[in-house]
Amino acid sequence: MALDLKAADFQTEVHNDWCPGCGDFGILRAIQMALAELKVPAHRTAMVSGIGCSGKTPHYIKAYGFHTLHGRSLPYATGIKLANPDLEVVVMGGDGDGLGIGAGHFVGAGRRNLDITYVIFDNGVYGLTKGQASPTLKLGMKPKSLPAPNLHEAINPLWLALASGVTFVARGYSFDIKHLKDLLMRAIRHKGYAFVDVLQPCPTYNDINTKEWFAGEGLEPVEGKVPPRVYKLDSRGYDGVVRDDAEVPQKLAQAVVKALEWGDEIPIGVLYQNERVSTFEERIAERVPSYRANPPSSQVFWDDEKNASTDLSKLLKDLTFP
Amino acid sequence: MKRNELSWTIGGPQGSGVDSSANAFGRAVTFGGLHVYGRREYYSNIKGEHSYFQIRVAGHPIGAHVDPINVLATFDEETAFRHFPHVTDDGAILYDPAQVNTKYTDIPTIEKRVKRDLGRYLEARGGGETLGDALRTAEARGVRLCPVPFQDYLNAIAKEFQVDQLSSIARMVNLMAVGGSFGLLGFEFERVEQAIQSLFAKRPKVATMNLAGARRAYDLVHDQFGEGFAYRLEPIPSAPRLLLTGAQAVALGKILGGCRFQTYYPITPASDESEYLEAHQNFDAHAPTGEGEETAFLQEHAQSLLVIQTEDEIAAVTMATGAAIAGARAATCTSGPGFCLMMEGLGWAGINEVPLVITLYQRAGPSTGIPTRHEQGDLRFAIHAGHGDSPRIILASGDLVEGFYDAVTVFNWAERYQLPVIHLVDKALANSNMTLPVFDTRGVPIDRGVTIGNGGALDVAEEYRRFKFTADGISPRALVGTPGTLFWNTGDEHDEFGHITEDPELRNLMMDKRMGKLDLALREIDEADKVLYHGPKDADTVIVSWGSTKGAILDAIGRLEAEGIRVGFLQLRLLLPFPVPEVTRHLAKAKRLIDIEMNYSAQLAGLIREKTGFAVDDTVVKFNGRPISADEVEAAVRGIVAGKTRGRVVLTFGT
Repeated sequence: MALDLKAADFQTEVHNDWCPGCGDFGILRAIQMALAELKVPAHRTAMVSGIGCSGKTPHYIKAYGFHTLHGRSLPYATGIKLANPDLEVVVMGGDGDGLGIGAGHFVGAGRRNLDITYVIFDNGVYGLTKGQASPTLKLGMKPKSLPAPNLHEAINPLWLALASGVTFVARGYSFDIKHLKDLLMRAIRHKGYAFVDVLQPCPTYNDINTKEWFAGEGLEPVEGKVPPRVYKLDSRGYDGVVRDDAEVPQKLAQAVVKALEWGDEIPIGVLYQNERVSTFEERIAERVPSYRANPPSSQVFWDDEKNASTDLSKLLKDLTFP
Repeated sequence: MKRNELSWTIGGPQGSGVDSSANAFGRAVTFGGLHVYGRREYYSNIKGEHSYFQIRVAGHPIGAHVDPINVLATFDEETAFRHFPHVTDDGAILYDPAQVNTKYTDIPTIEKRVKRDLGRYLEARGGGETLGDALRTAEARGVRLCPVPFQDYLNAIAKEFQVDQLSSIARMVNLMAVGGSFGLLGFEFERVEQAIQSLFAKRPKVATMNLAGARRAYDLVHDQFGEGFAYRLEPIPSAPRLLLTGAQAVALGKILGGCRFQTYYPITPASDESEYLEAHQNFDAHAPTGEGEETAFLQEHAQSLLVIQTEDEIAAVTMATGAAIAGARAATCTSGPGFCLMMEGLGWAGINEVPLVITLYQRAGPSTGIPTRHEQGDLRFAIHAGHGDSPRIILASGDLVEGFYDAVTVFNWAERYQLPVIHLVDKALANSNMTLPVFDTRGVPIDRGVTIGNGGALDVAEEYRRFKFTADGISPRALVGTPGTLFWNTGDEHDEFGHITEDPELRNLMMDKRMGKLDLALREIDEADKVLYHGPKDADTVIVSWGSTKGAILDAIGRLEAEGIRVGFLQLRLLLPFPVPEVTRHLAKAKRLIDIEMNYSAQLAGLIREKTGFAVDDTVVKFNGRPISADEVEAAVRGIVAGKTRGRVVLTFGT
């Protein structure tokens, strides 16, 4: 059956209580549009989030939704996907969630290369707890709710992703919804673990990296027009895709350099993609031949009388004497 | 002469093969139809510190260890120094005569306190510091000394089999010590041979060399020291039996019970279970007997268990929860420090009514505590783990058989009541091994509760509500991916669909729904899963206890009853929700209550008081990291019954 889905089909009736002008709206819309365009039926789609404003996102999406613990969305999502590999799993959360309290899982997920997608709503602040500094806020910055400038240096999420072995590393911007939608579709289609860092102004607490700032506020006009800070990698001929194993060092290196750009020019798009790395599912299937056919969620281990049907005789024999 | 009643101990530096020698000893005895109970003690160390394995052998089933040693097999000085005082007067010590001049004061791995005690012990018995001095004190008590030139034999074997590097076969002294022991005990060498062959089934050359070494030691000890020895082992006819560890028993139960996803982060002593599972992760279903279709059936119904080593225990509990939501029977397996990290995840599983199993292997805390040693210190912790009131069931297994079947039961309860179930076990149970009748795996019920998907059907008449209010609090649970069953989960309080709510009325309804399931569980769970009463029915004195103390208590009350001291034993299995009527019924009949458990604060005694109002008269506790023995229980209870001791008894034996 061909599915004719629209973004509105992925909309719930739950009241959305994000602040007016929040960058999260753009990300939500882009996710719904991507799901509709990918034509994945809702019952095969799981949205998994952490805690914070971004954590509420699954409640606004008509798909299975799991609003989990602070920093733990990735392991929950990993369990869901491994138990039922037929599901399309999209994970989302804030930068504090994924790069602060959940940083260990960020690295763990990179090492596994499970076929899921992770989207970070990156705004430099902990919004729901009223604007504290998050791990992506630069050293010395002082958004309005901080009593004093930030003492910590910022983490570079793209670098951390590359260092963790993530096989799809990209950055989007929440106010360029069409570009973000396309990026998310590529991420979801990517064979393996995909990470998308989405720059997302927090209109209430981050009064530095505002929508206007991203739009080029304060930059010198070029031909009478202020250029936006955000530019698309594709538009400058950047190609982050690995097509041969020999290309890996060079493609990684250029991604690292590209990920350093910040300030007047901020690249968005795919920095690095390598589908030549085995997925976690493939690694499992190597040692569990029946994994694809009978994944953990659909095994039948009981008989018609509802008694256990697993045959332990081989295992017991190894432990039986004489 | 004592026939088929023996306590044998072998020890050595960690990493020298003590476990495999104990395994060989246990298997040989099992091949001979005898029963075995073994326990393993080891330091938190990879190589060098002292580890030992104590095996008790009998002609009848046994489920506990005893303190005295009848035969002590040593090939290093430290083992001899640490254990020689505990060898019975009619027992024997095997040792390498080349080591008799070693002084205990020169052994760096013996603690100062142990050295001080050794000094005092020897000082009172003629003085001296060498192993020879120590052995002389044993000999003076009647202990038979059996010098076996292990090192010389090793050299000879190396020569015979043209082994260049002696270090590569150094571990063979273990099986020489086993061989020597059996020579002393007059046990047929054929069984030793069977055991060694089965241990090295895939390495025939290693088997041959080990056999040659064991044979030399066997012949020497048999011919020179066997005559008239007080202990003797003789094969008896028997059906095939299992010889396995507690960790293996629980792992096998999980496989049978349909656990198809397990997460873990490495931790002693819980990892053993996950490692066993990972080594055996593909298995078959019982096929119908009709010929021809069998292969196709097996292929179609191939079963497997994913074991995922996670980045930490937070990932372990949350990943298992994710798998459980998706529809797999999922568990995680840990010990105290790891369980500490799982608190928030436990609460999330509770509020979202996720069937999650946590197998908790208790060990001595707090913090890192004594990480490789035993304790039952997490009862209160498991009951109260996490913030807020969050439902969970706690079941404690008393022995390996319970561990096996309970591992199935906990999944049934988790899915029937849609909540986390904590299976409480401990280091003593995990690391002990014993002979058992082969598990009967047929007729073990699987209850998946009210499930939609993978066989369960959806009522399509109305919009699906994951947390629909029902009379008994159980809402049909859809597995993710089942058409028509979209739902949401959140750590926030939620409505019937699973969306966030802060509505005070809904909050009350949801709390009642979740916590009310515990009352339902109490009504439905079989009495045998709640409490087990052992011993004389109308005993005035009743012991209350839980978990792996069971074997030692059963052994002790059996001995006391043989002397006319009638003591009952109420074993508590279901610890949350607490089976108040069943416990009350048993305790009301008793005139004297003795609580026995392996923790400092007598946690069960407090729980019983809290739930039933009964105050136990005496508590017998042990918290030095070494499991309680049948002898200790017997002595403590005897003292209490005779009125010699009262109140709180702290047991202290341990090496």
